[in-house]
Amino acid sequence: MANSIEIKNVSKSYGNTVALKDISLSVNSGEIFGLIGPDGAGKTTLIRILATLLLPDKGSAVMTNYDVVKDYKKVRSSVGYMPGKFSLYQDLTIEENMQLYATMFGTTVEENYHLVKDIYSQIEPFKKRRAGKLSGGMKQKLALSCSLIHKPEVLLLDEPTTGVDPVSRKELWEMLKKLKNDGVTVFVSTPYMDEASLCDRIALIQAGEILGIDTPESIVNSFDKTLLSINSSDKYKLLNDIRSYEHCNSAFPFGESLHYTDKRTSFDIPQIYEYLRNCGNTNVEIAVIKPAIEDCFMNLMVGE
Amino acid sequence: MRNIKIILVKEFRQIFRNKQMLFILTFMPVLQLVILANAATFEMKDIKIAFVDNDLSSASRQMIGKFEGSNYFTIAGHLESEKQAEQALDKGECDLYLAIPNHFERDLMREGASPASIVVNAIDGSKASLSAQYTNSVINDFMQGFTADNIGYSSKASNLNLLKKINISYANWFNPELNYQAFMVPGLLVLLVSLVGMFVSGMNIVREKEIGTIEQLNVTPIKKYELIVGKLFPFWVLGIFELAVGLSIGKLLYDIPIVGSLPLLFLFGGVFLLLVLGIGFLISTTADTQQQSMFITWFFTVVFILLSGLFTSIENMPNWAKIITYFNPLRYFMEAVRMILLKGSGFSDISFHFIVVCCYGLVINVLATLMYRKTN
Repeated sequence: MANSIEIKNVSKSYGNTVALKDISLSVNSGEIFGLIGPDGAGKTTLIRILATLLLPDKGSAVMTNYDVVKDYKKVRSSVGYMPGKFSLYQDLTIEENMQLYATMFGTTVEENYHLVKDIYSQIEPFKKRRAGKLSGGMKQKLALSCSLIHKPEVLLLDEPTTGVDPVSRKELWEMLKKLKNDGVTVFVSTPYMDEASLCDRIALIQAGEILGIDTPESIVNSFDKTLLSINSSDKYKLLNDIRSYEHCNSAFPFGESLHYTDKRTSFDIPQIYEYLRNCGNTNVEIAVIKPAIEDCFMNLMVGE
Repeated sequence: MRNIKIILVKEFRQIFRNKQMLFILTFMPVLQLVILANAATFEMKDIKIAFVDNDLSSASRQMIGKFEGSNYFTIAGHLESEKQAEQALDKGECDLYLAIPNHFERDLMREGASPASIVVNAIDGSKASLSAQYTNSVINDFMQGFTADNIGYSSKASNLNLLKKINISYANWFNPELNYQAFMVPGLLVLLVSLVGMFVSGMNIVREKEIGTIEQLNVTPIKKYELIVGKLFPFWVLGIFELAVGLSIGKLLYDIPIVGSLPLLFLFGGVFLLLVLGIGFLISTTADTQQQSMFITWFFTVVFILLSGLFTSIENMPNWAKIITYFNPLRYFMEAVRMILLKGSGFSDISFHFIVVCCYGLVINVLATLMYRKTN
């Protein structure tokens, strides 16, 4: 299968701040590719480079066989871009926004109606309403419809689920799956690790560097350490104690409990239990758990 | 073409949905012309004058009578001493006072002259010099009448007769009644057109940056020139509309003379608008927020207005300021509008202005287009 996006050694700095460090990755056509990382990791910068809104300092990026710098005009007609912030005209109606973008891409709403039908039909009853008066979920559907109206081969979405309620999030991912089935390559960035499993492949990004690229399953399988979930009455004391444990590799608070990996390849759980008890922790519970993407991310970060 | 059309449709829709903008666009011409044309007048009326008459003779009373008869003066009072008069001046009870010395009448009869003094509050320089002028003209008037009446008694009558023979008369061309509004209204028209051009257009482009819509616009294959034309043309139309409204108000309300050709005026206005739109556009390419754009535009507008000849004539400015005015686009349109409306100047008379505005506009717009980037 041909590659839809081919990024080679892309670097970008804003003054002294390095946003992207020598990034290389390729996205197969027709897959949902997730760019996953915390705020400030460089996700938006990378997407803006792919959307031809930013010029990379170094390296090159090819979208649907067109270079984003040299052939930016061709890239613009074959790529759909949905920025993180709602950026359609709030003082124009749904219908007017759709017409505007369709026309600017040299097409009409009628001509490509079938492409956006699933999404657009949900907001069509309100088409005379101004975009500024829509709910968050409806705004998102409109933005998605507008970025799809010119039949793009690749769809770039910058944090589409940030600040969106769980129901709308779920809906969005279903829409993305449908688009994938229609043959659209979806490149989506998100700070939510739990959304990783919804992607075909993911890239973990941190401080402008890619930590790993693979399918979510392989990334989880590549987790080569035994992961323990530890709990006790005083979590703050527990965290301090376990971090000062001589064999501690990593320990991060994860919601209710604390996720721990050991430096040794084989070790005794009772030994750790004993250590924690001796430090004065009460109600200590230790269990072996299966790692999630977030654990892999943390593990890779520690590896750095 | 289709792209320009859709941008135009979008812009006009947005303008007509922006209630504050519509309000400003409709009320700005009315307000400026109704209030400013009446309020910003240099004509002096009701100058408050006080008298210190130390002579109390018929001549001095005659002279004071001349002031009382004049439209320009209101009598603030007759005071005992110059000291009192000074206090009145300090308190602002009078704008100036006239002190008539002892033996005023006697000296006038004998010598044909007497040293009366006028003391003027000169905080407002132009007001002071104007009131001094008016006072002088009233005194001259008195002198002429006085000499004529007392010709037989005066030993220096022959000298005064000579004075009387040199009778200077004035004719005010192009604005025979010295109607201040005929001077102000054309200037205000220029102000209107410039404000629409610079502020409204510049703000509009920056607004798209601020709310992020420019992002989505920039990823479309729409060409730069299409976007620029689509964004600026609506404001060109609005500017022409404002000019027409302003001119109509000027004609209906103040009956300002329209001696020259209206098509020429609108042609010049159209080209001038391209220039100011370009300035607004140029500013908007450098600003990131509407506030920034406002401040920068405001800075330039104030300088442009003060150096445009709207209130103070450019001829009276010092040389260095005169040189600066050559870089002021408003100056050219200001002169041209007044020349066309009041003097009936034809194209050949304003061709210099026209060419300068054309070149200036071209340079600014090319610069702004180069500065505008869809990609960073």
